Amino acid sequence: MASVSLEGIGKRFGATPVLQGVSLDVADGEFLALLGPSGCGKSTLLRIIAGLEGCNAGTVRLDGQDVTELPAKARNLAMVFQSYALYPHMTVRRNIAAPLELRRLSAWRRPPLPGALLPSARAIRAGIAAEVAQVAESLGLSALLDRRPAQLSGGQRQRVALARAMVRRPAAFLMDEPLSNLDARLRGEAREEIVALQRRLGATVIYVTHDQAEAMAMADRVAVMQAGRLLQVAPPQALYDAPASLEVARFVGSPPMNILPARIGLGGRVEVEGVALPFHGPACPGPRLGVRPEAWALGAEGLPARLSRIERLGAEAILHAALAGSGTVVTVRLAPEQAAGLSPGQALHLTPRAAHLFDEEGLRRPLHATLPQHADHG
Amino acid sequence: MARRALLPEIIRHAVLIMGAAAMVSPFVVMVAISLKPPGEIFAPQFSLLPQQWHAFENYRDAFTRVPLARFLLNGFLVTFCIFAAQAATALPMAYALAKLRWAGRGAAFALVLLALLVPPQVPAIPLYIALWQLDLLDSYAAIILPSTISVFGIFLMRQFFRTVPDDLIAAARMDGMSEFAITWRIMLPTAYPALAAFACLSFIWNWNEFFWPYIAIQSEHLATPPLGIAFFSNVEAGTNWGPLMAAATVVTAPLALAFLLAQRAFVRGVTMTGLK
Repeated sequence: MASVSLEGIGKRFGATPVLQGVSLDVADGEFLALLGPSGCGKSTLLRIIAGLEGCNAGTVRLDGQDVTELPAKARNLAMVFQSYALYPHMTVRRNIAAPLELRRLSAWRRPPLPGALLPSARAIRAGIAAEVAQVAESLGLSALLDRRPAQLSGGQRQRVALARAMVRRPAAFLMDEPLSNLDARLRGEAREEIVALQRRLGATVIYVTHDQAEAMAMADRVAVMQAGRLLQVAPPQALYDAPASLEVARFVGSPPMNILPARIGLGGRVEVEGVALPFHGPACPGPRLGVRPEAWALGAEGLPARLSRIERLGAEAILHAALAGSGTVVTVRLAPEQAAGLSPGQALHLTPRAAHLFDEEGLRRPLHATLPQHADHG
Repeated sequence: MARRALLPEIIRHAVLIMGAAAMVSPFVVMVAISLKPPGEIFAPQFSLLPQQWHAFENYRDAFTRVPLARFLLNGFLVTFCIFAAQAATALPMAYALAKLRWAGRGAAFALVLLALLVPPQVPAIPLYIALWQLDLLDSYAAIILPSTISVFGIFLMRQFFRTVPDDLIAAARMDGMSEFAITWRIMLPTAYPALAAFACLSFIWNWNEFFWPYIAIQSEHLATPPLGIAFFSNVEAGTNWGPLMAAATVVTAPLALAFLLAQRAFVRGVTMTGLK
């Protein structure tokens, strides 16, 4: 397995910039998720790493070696595609064997006739067959080896695509939304399977997805992309707890973070809709306060709001409440027992227990909780 | 499925049956005449089946008076070579036009479309002169060479290749295939149905081609089947219709067979492209 290092990758399609100065280091054996909305350039970036697409600027390094100019087949990377891209006319066995045959058998040994007659070719073929059998076994595909892709279910096809990528022990795995064609239940299983596989092989994986839950659940680190730029690269929890910018804060987390226009009052006290909140931060232009849905506390004081809707999801309840001042709807995540007595139309007071401050440019600013003064009284 | 109204259904089928009958009738007459003795052919009363069977004599005459077997062999040889050459050129070209990005691709495709508009008679004289200068006239090469590149084939395969998912090609590149390997090992197998359709069309066109072989070939032993039939009717001055129609039936049979085979390939093709 190898490390992957990108430096200042730029890509244009005609006059449209798709990627702008993307630099990223993926360590050997790391599982990195490239997360972003569709059209943010994450798939293009993956294809540039794969060598399927050229770039207009920057360098791609594998284990420190510059491979920017190398074609895909010379990079020893394996890719799993969203559509699986299995060869429809070949059996599962031949699909898995294809990358090995292409690497180990010279062109004149490949056709079956001379292949069967030459002892050297026969030995290579036997080796390939053994490896295919082993990989198929490890993914539970042994019984399906003689089927064609059309005769397989989505989950099985996905495993065949994984097997085809695994069989030649690539320097790194590139995965382009490999689970998005599976139904929800299978997706959960496949997630675990891929992570277990990655741990077992100690594989370097770059995993493209638009599903933040998938990225957070699987990856060691998540790289958030938007409009061709890398916004932040961090471990999932750090990304959630300390988003570097408003875009990341909005994109990571479900339901998304509530973003409220704020004002920095006297002494740096943060006010929203004229209500002073227990935080103070630096004076900055265009401040906005971000509050995660689960960071709200209901109480007697705080932002007045009116409850408009409750989603009772079993393990939690999601409240939608309109703030009294502006009518902005905020989402609040509560434990079901906390939401038990609530009903739509009810007046609430909301106080954030934790919050993030963003300036005009969307950059995160330090925010400190004000020492709880009224706690002294009670 | 919802039950459709009966009357429109009957009318639709009636129209289709009449059309089919109109198409098939010349062939029926051809086969009918090939079974009859000379006396019955121009009898005022037309009947499908002869009163006196003369099939054996007609077909025997067809094969013995002229080297019909040789003509058929020529026909198979020429159509096979032409198709092989057309496939060998059309597949890589179609792949390049459909899936590779290169400067001038649009212009090249425009040229293909433009060439589709040129009737085959237009380049006949320059081709004739070129083959004469190469001293290739009156040979198999004279019939085969001008047809080795089929712009229709390029166009047809290009349209089909465009439906092949890009991921499949990307996967093949990651697996280590060269562009030529992709053409032959990935694109060709997925394109079998389209290629079968093209093979059928190419076979029918080149088997039936009369104009160019008539110009390029003088020797009887090189004649293709339609040319052979022409020799036949000249030799007999058009008097002996029974053997002539027998020969025509023999020459037409491979076409009917090719069509039936291609029809099955079409159906298989449709079911194959259904997979994702």
